[in-house]
Amino acid sequence: MNATPTTIAEREIMLSRPARGRVGMFGLIAAEAAIFTIFVVAYLFYVGKSLTGPMPREVLSVPIFYTICLLSSSLTIHVAVKALRRGNVRVFGDWWLVTIALGAAFIYGTAMEWHRLIFHDGLTISTNLFGTTYYSLVGLHGLHVVVGLLALSMVMVFTLVGNVRSEHAERVDVLSLYWHFVDAVWVVVFTVVYVTGR
Amino acid sequence: MSTDAIALPRTELASRPFVDALHEWVTTVDHKRLGILYIVYALVFLVIGGFEAGVMRIQLVRPHNDFVSPQVFNRMFTMHGTTMIFFVAMPLVFGFANYLVPLMIGARDMAFPRLNAFSFWLTGFGGLLLYFSLVGANGLYGGGNAPDVGWFAYAPLTSRTFSVGHSTDFWTLGLLVSGFGSIGTAINILTTILCLRCPGMSLGKMPLLVWLNFVMSGMVVLAVSPLTAAQLMLLVDRYLGGHFFDTQAGGSAVIWMHFFWIFGHPEVYVLVIPAFAFASEIIPVFSRKAIFGYPVMVAATICIGFIGMSVWAHHMFTVGLSSNANTFFVLSTMAIAVPTGIKIFNWLATMWGGKIEFKTPMLFCVGFLFQFLIAGLTGIMLSAAPFDWQLGNSYFVVAHFHYVIVGGILFTVFAAFYYWFPKMTGRMCDETLGKLHFWLFLIGFHLTFDFMHIPGLLGMPRRIYTYEPGRGWDIWNLIVTIGVFFQALGTLVFVANLLWSYFKGKAAGNDPWDAWTLEWSTNSPPPAYNFATIPTVKSRRPLWDLKHPDDPDWKYE
Repeated sequence: MNATPTTIAEREIMLSRPARGRVGMFGLIAAEAAIFTIFVVAYLFYVGKSLTGPMPREVLSVPIFYTICLLSSSLTIHVAVKALRRGNVRVFGDWWLVTIALGAAFIYGTAMEWHRLIFHDGLTISTNLFGTTYYSLVGLHGLHVVVGLLALSMVMVFTLVGNVRSEHAERVDVLSLYWHFVDAVWVVVFTVVYVTGR
Repeated sequence: MSTDAIALPRTELASRPFVDALHEWVTTVDHKRLGILYIVYALVFLVIGGFEAGVMRIQLVRPHNDFVSPQVFNRMFTMHGTTMIFFVAMPLVFGFANYLVPLMIGARDMAFPRLNAFSFWLTGFGGLLLYFSLVGANGLYGGGNAPDVGWFAYAPLTSRTFSVGHSTDFWTLGLLVSGFGSIGTAINILTTILCLRCPGMSLGKMPLLVWLNFVMSGMVVLAVSPLTAAQLMLLVDRYLGGHFFDTQAGGSAVIWMHFFWIFGHPEVYVLVIPAFAFASEIIPVFSRKAIFGYPVMVAATICIGFIGMSVWAHHMFTVGLSSNANTFFVLSTMAIAVPTGIKIFNWLATMWGGKIEFKTPMLFCVGFLFQFLIAGLTGIMLSAAPFDWQLGNSYFVVAHFHYVIVGGILFTVFAAFYYWFPKMTGRMCDETLGKLHFWLFLIGFHLTFDFMHIPGLLGMPRRIYTYEPGRGWDIWNLIVTIGVFFQALGTLVFVANLLWSYFKGKAAGNDPWDAWTLEWSTNSPPPAYNFATIPTVKSRRPLWDLKHPDDPDWKYE
């Protein structure tokens, strides 16, 4: 340390280090990834160990359309953030709305699937091990999608009111990291539940 | 110097209304105040948890004792373990990290001050939730009024069948809530260290305490989350009729053990790495030498972080794992002794040839060195699966991990109290009372935990309510219980010392220990903004450079 007072402004210090929001979000993603890992391990461990039916092969159908919806929403949110960086708030709002619609479509798909499983196939969370692990894992992911949708909707409201400008691109980008993570988790859940576990 | 506080006219009123002060503390987002809140909160629970230990030891002082009922005994060991790990050790670790990390890296606050406050209150209410079980758990079922399933709550004890009422739910929810708080604080510490270091402080110039808390926070993020997941599964089982841990529906009780210990063993390192951090700051200052082997210390810590994540099943040797699993976990557990040994040698090398001053903080650190060594040696003994088959779940194991947690962690925490108390309050702790505390606690510790190994070797299982006379356990249990009273007396002296020094201690000044890290360059206690000017550092010991401009560290690093 120098004995003479330093002249470096605090702003410059902040700029020379990684952005807080991104680092914090990556920390949250690491923690969430660990939680999902445990649920995925439990799912894989209990595949084929149910003592009574229904079994996954009998009742699960692959939700290809809704998966495409969710995965393409990663693309649309990326386009939206890019537009905001360029200062194009209108284009940002449009793509942001498309992202919300795609996420909502995915949740609708899950809801329909669960409705069918519960009322048609008689599979609930307490029916057997498959039910317990399936609803927990898919439900945990669905919960994250819902939380993401709430956050995205808040940004949408701010956009409509006119409070989102290009200087908020960095913050919106941090939120998009979370959304990308939720999509990436679905790739794992999809593989585990509908491909290897069926 | 440049980092002194801005001199403001004293405008404090002679007597501020109590409600105002309370409001300030409850709504604070200042990392120093939150750190102190964490620490005071932990001290309250330390006394409660210690009281529970005392009840157990009085019950076991002689055979066929009936000081408490078996039901109460079960509740006592459950509450003791849960309280000490989650509501004493964790808040102490986070409290000191909160207080010290921003000061040591020359920052004005944590990266997310409001998240910091939120995390503290989550942890705080988690503890209240656990203890609310005393009034809230009875329910309509006539079940027990506090959790009694042991601190690792093995299935199927936690199922609705064996755990009626709501005591287990309070245990689950308390840990779940405080777990969210822990993850929030850990993310906060990681972000603070990565983003808010002052100019010149590259990663290789951070004080060791900051490095070690960085590794600790990373471990919290990866290790507490599995516990959160397991608690969610337990809630699904208990409230929604799930079958995760229900053996009658094909579920597995062993997978709960895996999930719990995937959290549980890294947790030990989460607690002990900050203890290493305190030792790594205090030993150099009182040896008047720079730390020996800084890069190796950092590398060893990261090693411990990685290996520590892959040793959990050594808690499960007695369950009956496959021989491949046994071999893996024996070897990984033994491997962790290597980086830990490196650390012990580095602290010894720091002291070697130094001008050692045996002030109270240093005494506790020297005690830590010896005791942690013995704790590590019994750890290596238990890491051998056949040895563990013989002594798993005996008092030998209890003695071993209390050697780590009390002899290792608590001793350095006491050292940290004496070392940073002047910074936090502006007053010195009393040396005489401090030394009395040290010797009382040292004698009590060794009476209790040295002699606790012996009934374990003689076959006394842990968690038994009472025992038959004439098995050769009687005299050892008596000595162990006598030791507890010395420890309680020592703790009483400690609390008295803190209170007395807070009001009457002599003024400390900015830098009472002639130390070298940035927190000593600002006022004691530091102003809300920490540093009037953000400091610039050139070496690992910025205050040494300042005090010795003729021979600064940065010429050699």
